[in-house]
Amino acid sequence: VHDDLKEMLDSNKDSLKLEAMKRIVAMMARGKNASDLFPAVVKNVACKNIEVKKLVYVYLVRYAEEQQDLALLSISTFQRGLKDPNQLIRASALRVLSSIRVTIIIPIMMLAIKDAASDMSPYVRKTAAHAIPKLYSLDPEQKEPLIEVIEKLLADKTTLVAGSVVMAFEGVCPERIDLIHKNYRKLCNLLIDVEEWGQVVIINMLTRYARTQFLNPNANEVLLEEGEEKEFYGSDEEEGKEEKVEKKKPYVMDPDHRLLLRNTKPLLQSRNAAVVMAVAQLYFHLAPKAEVGVTAKALVRLLRSHSEVQFVVLQNVATMSIKRKGMFETYLKSFYIRSTDPTQIKVLKLEVLTNLATETSISIILREFQTYIKSMDKDFVAATIQAIGRCATNIGEVRDTCLNGLVQLLSNRDELVVAESVVVIKKLLQMQPEQHSDIIKHMAKLIENIQVPMARASILWLIGEYCEHVPKIAPDVLRKMAKSFTSEEDIVKLQILNLAAKLYLTNSKQTKLLTQYVLNLAKYDQNYDIRDRARFIRQLIVPTDKGGALSKYAKKLFLALKPAPILESPFKDRDHFQLGSLSHLLNVKAGGYQELPDWPETAPDPSVRNVEVMDAVCCHGNCNSKRVGERSSGEERRTAKKTTEPRSESESEEEGKESSSESSESESESETESKEESEPDTEAKRNAKKKVGVSNGLELLKLFWHSRVLFVCILPCSAQTISPTFSSLKTYELLHRLTGEGLAVGYCFGRQPFVRDPHMVTVQIQFTNHMDTEARNLRVREPRLQSGMRIKEFPEIEVLPPGETVTTVMGIDFCDSTQAANFQLCTHTRKFCVSIQPPVGELMAPVFMLENEFKKEQGQLMGMNEIKETLVLGEACQSDYAIVQRVTAAANVGQVPCGSDQEYRFAGKTMTSNSLVLVTVITKRDRTAQLTVNCEKMVIGTMLVKDILHALSQ
Amino acid sequence: MIHSLFLVSTAGHIFLEKHWKSVISRSVCDYLFEAQGKASAPENVPPVIATPHHYLISVYRDRIFFVAVIQTEVPPLFVIEFLHRVAETFQDYFGECSEASIKDNVVIVYELLEEMLDNGFPLATEANILKEMIKPPTILRSVVNTITGSSNVGGTLPTGQLSNIPWRRTGVKYTNNEAYFDVVEEIDAILDKSGTVVFAEIQGVIDACVKLSGMPDLTLSFVNPRLLDDVSFHPCVRFKRWEAERVLSFIPPDGNFRLMSYHVNAQNLVAIPVYVKQNVSFFETGSSGRLDITVGPKQTMGKTIEDVVITVHMPKVVLNANLTTNQGTSTYDPVTKVLVWDIGKLNQQKVPNLKGSLSLQSGAPRPDENPTLNIDLRIQQLAISGLKVNRLNMFGEKYKPFKGVKYVTKAGNAGPQREQRSTFFCWNLFE
Repeated sequence: VHDDLKEMLDSNKDSLKLEAMKRIVAMMARGKNASDLFPAVVKNVACKNIEVKKLVYVYLVRYAEEQQDLALLSISTFQRGLKDPNQLIRASALRVLSSIRVTIIIPIMMLAIKDAASDMSPYVRKTAAHAIPKLYSLDPEQKEPLIEVIEKLLADKTTLVAGSVVMAFEGVCPERIDLIHKNYRKLCNLLIDVEEWGQVVIINMLTRYARTQFLNPNANEVLLEEGEEKEFYGSDEEEGKEEKVEKKKPYVMDPDHRLLLRNTKPLLQSRNAAVVMAVAQLYFHLAPKAEVGVTAKALVRLLRSHSEVQFVVLQNVATMSIKRKGMFETYLKSFYIRSTDPTQIKVLKLEVLTNLATETSISIILREFQTYIKSMDKDFVAATIQAIGRCATNIGEVRDTCLNGLVQLLSNRDELVVAESVVVIKKLLQMQPEQHSDIIKHMAKLIENIQVPMARASILWLIGEYCEHVPKIAPDVLRKMAKSFTSEEDIVKLQILNLAAKLYLTNSKQTKLLTQYVLNLAKYDQNYDIRDRARFIRQLIVPTDKGGALSKYAKKLFLALKPAPILESPFKDRDHFQLGSLSHLLNVKAGGYQELPDWPETAPDPSVRNVEVMDAVCCHGNCNSKRVGERSSGEERRTAKKTTEPRSESESEEEGKESSSESSESESESETESKEESEPDTEAKRNAKKKVGVSNGLELLKLFWHSRVLFVCILPCSAQTISPTFSSLKTYELLHRLTGEGLAVGYCFGRQPFVRDPHMVTVQIQFTNHMDTEARNLRVREPRLQSGMRIKEFPEIEVLPPGETVTTVMGIDFCDSTQAANFQLCTHTRKFCVSIQPPVGELMAPVFMLENEFKKEQGQLMGMNEIKETLVLGEACQSDYAIVQRVTAAANVGQVPCGSDQEYRFAGKTMTSNSLVLVTVITKRDRTAQLTVNCEKMVIGTMLVKDILHALSQ
Repeated sequence: MIHSLFLVSTAGHIFLEKHWKSVISRSVCDYLFEAQGKASAPENVPPVIATPHHYLISVYRDRIFFVAVIQTEVPPLFVIEFLHRVAETFQDYFGECSEASIKDNVVIVYELLEEMLDNGFPLATEANILKEMIKPPTILRSVVNTITGSSNVGGTLPTGQLSNIPWRRTGVKYTNNEAYFDVVEEIDAILDKSGTVVFAEIQGVIDACVKLSGMPDLTLSFVNPRLLDDVSFHPCVRFKRWEAERVLSFIPPDGNFRLMSYHVNAQNLVAIPVYVKQNVSFFETGSSGRLDITVGPKQTMGKTIEDVVITVHMPKVVLNANLTTNQGTSTYDPVTKVLVWDIGKLNQQKVPNLKGSLSLQSGAPRPDENPTLNIDLRIQQLAISGLKVNRLNMFGEKYKPFKGVKYVTKAGNAGPQREQRSTFFCWNLFE
């Protein structure tokens, strides 16, 4: 066998070898066994021809497990490859080596993985991460050393490695949540740049992580629910409850929790359905109730994808729509069913429509259902009838209409439709049988025509249960059934027995003989269930001499009031599985499924996520400040800052020397950081852009806005605008809820550079709709501005659903004055005159400069341009931290690193005219301080002094 | 993650298998065949099947089941999305994704699968990277290869995976630098018999064919970006830029790719370009029925409607149809019970009409199902939503590219998307 192939493999010609390998691979693909060629193939592992080599690898990986001894011959080739200077060859050698499932080489693999984990090339490190689960599945004993490698790779800062190592983490040690702490913020920040498959894995893992580390943002909701339940069962413990509620501190979201939510949100726009689903499940499990809705639109988008995608998404939407009905209400029509949908999609859409039905939407949903009942797909029609039944139980108002509709269906020509209706009607009737004896009569007549066993059984049960409502018909039905007893299906037989027993108890005069006849038939039935039932019933209802202690209770046993069945969604409570998972879809725990933990009662120590390493990549020379910032490291610098806060002075001094651009950002508060982090790359670019515009001596080496690319630019020493250090985010009111007739609008100064115009102040506007109808077409109209002032309005907000909040951004050029910008805010029905008046501190942007530059500039702004004031520092304003914080809160200025510990310097630049604003605070021993403001715009200087004075003396 | 992959034809023939971990016997596919037996059509086979030891996650595309075998928990969408990506890659490489083309190129398929997954976890799924590693077959190359024995595998290893822009290969060179963008919109609507819109929406995509040298950085802006209600992007698009400025800024992949998909939310404002009048009725006696359908242009903004095809799924009892039309051709397939009326172009002067009689199975009860009408059509040079590209700017390279934008409106690409429901027997149920 295969001698020709062996010959070809042994030849000297690459083309023959290649041909042979191609034929072998084709055999493998067809599932034919090619293992007898192993010796001939393995010889070619070191072949020069790259395609031959690749195909040999493919073969080797497939058959090595069966030919362990021979496979060892190839190992030395790979070991050589691991040392190759070309990173791609190193990676490919490791990839194949780790795929060979031969236990004897485990130590070699382990070594190779360890080496590769500290390789210079991120691509090799990525391959190492991939190799970890391979080795683990081969030998679980290696877990501990492998965890060490994982820990090392988790600390890696490249996007290339992140997804793969988290994958390895999930495969090997998902319980070691402690390994994530230090890498949490980094992972959040890298996420958007990781390849799509890695994103899915990371998001799923972070969902679990967040569940162990943060507090439930919806705790109040849970409490409320609990409270309601308590009330229901009695109010004994009411007082205790209240105490508990009072003890509960107001909920504040951990900034890290917020970071995760914010950084995953843009991924809802991914083209990859798995990524979108991962974000949606993260929001469902982690976000405050009001924010979960943002994922709805993206999920609805996935419904236009392949039917398999729809299938999975609809399963998840079905679960979500039970818990968070509101989020999909506006998309109701997107769940309408098309005649071309596969059956399983139709059934799931029905499920969602049923879950979404409310008093307001039920009429259009029922009209839609009406169309579905006429479909040719009978399984789907049956599902629709069940859905109608569920709507009827959930929404009392439409119960009678539904019931009437279903009764009409009883005269349908299709037996399946009739049968399904009978089953559903039976369930509905149980809720209020008294009013519907005519329906029961109608159904009794149907028994002659309906052949579907389940339907027959349902009718019989109904007649038996409510025999008092149909006293004349019931015995007659029993008579007919006794006749056909032997030819009935088992479930029908059981119900005939039931009916007989019930009639015997209520109307023994007419039915005694019939019952005994039926019981006798059942006694000799083939099915033991039926024989048992007959024996049991006979003992119970027919009085015998021996007494039978139970027979006097027979009536109670058979005719007890039975609670109506609750028609529940099969998706109820399925959210205890992590959404989007295989386990959720199957509603069974799949192997390797990691439980989604419950929120902790109290949050674990958040400081575990602090990162101590200073990985400063900033440095500056005397006249050239060079900034090399990779996005992730930039982030880390900021987070690192957090840990050392409030810092001792010596430290800050040291840092000041080390890197001035850094200390300019120091002392910033966690809030600010998280704000900034959301858009670091945009800022970077904007800044860079400005630099291009502002100074000519600027050399832009390479600049990409896209964060994947690190950017390097060399800047001259002239003052550069830098990112703001403090976002006070004090919210001002633009439109009160009452004046706005339910529309509340607030604004704050975002302190981010406005994208489209560097002279504009960014104003964040937040709309909240308190009305119960949606507000439409929110937009700006007729700005009335002072001359020179300009306004860049926000894009029109088309719809704001009730209860929702939306934030948008507009830019205003205030012309360096505190004059208010007046304009009209319009909705589709109303318009409101509003105005935004900026505090003087918001008219500037922070500027980075060094102390000597500062002093030089200050020297040029003396006399009229300098305003000095002495003040007494406020009670709470003693520490360094407090002073910096107060000043930066009052004005959008950046701190200038200072040598002395009694001096604080801040620099900024007005938005429109780019005039410098220099602020100096010098503290004295007796709690007094001297405040100096230098600015060529005297009005601004004066006002700013006033504001800062106020801030510091409070 | 993904343990093994089987490709199965609709006839139940397993024509390719590949394993990334230990080998799993192909008998695992029996569970799929079992499910297929239960389902009325291949589309109705559930995408996820649990078996005692494995889970099968499959997608059905181009008459092939792509079946992934899974052993442990994994997000099902992850696998489904990947399988579709595999199918798209085959399509891209071989021009079509079919059993024949896969069998013909089995070695390339194997090489591709080897690169796409490592240990069951996706490794390289970007077409640009894959093409650098494994060259797609062309007739010329396959002739040359057989003579010289050279190979399809790239001699140099790909650099794309190492770069920060994994979707673009380096060193791209063209003599003619061109960038074309197709704005393709689809109307998806459900109408009731009277022509009232039950549900309507417009979905669009921008497909790009970019053949530009070097590392161009493109910016595409729209005249009316506010129209776009929901968007999803190729990973190359800078999302923040979109959020802030509503422009698409990106370094494009080389060749064909889908830049963005969008959704226009205009519920009732969607202009349905055609109207359809239909009358299908079945008589109680004589086992026959009558059919009469008329189509005409409605709101077309001066453009011609082309490729109009109307598909009607008839009830099972309709044995045959005897129909005449004044435009196009109509065929009725008595096996699948599908009536197809291929009309072609719609003229203002002539109103296409199809009418005739239907013969029903004798003795069978009058069908009470209502046939639904699906309408396919195409309008060139028009994006029905009114979306317009403003301009395309290029940074980063010095040459002047040739740019072009094309607009097309369709009614559905994957199966009929527009349907007209008839309610010809009234059912005053819930009113």
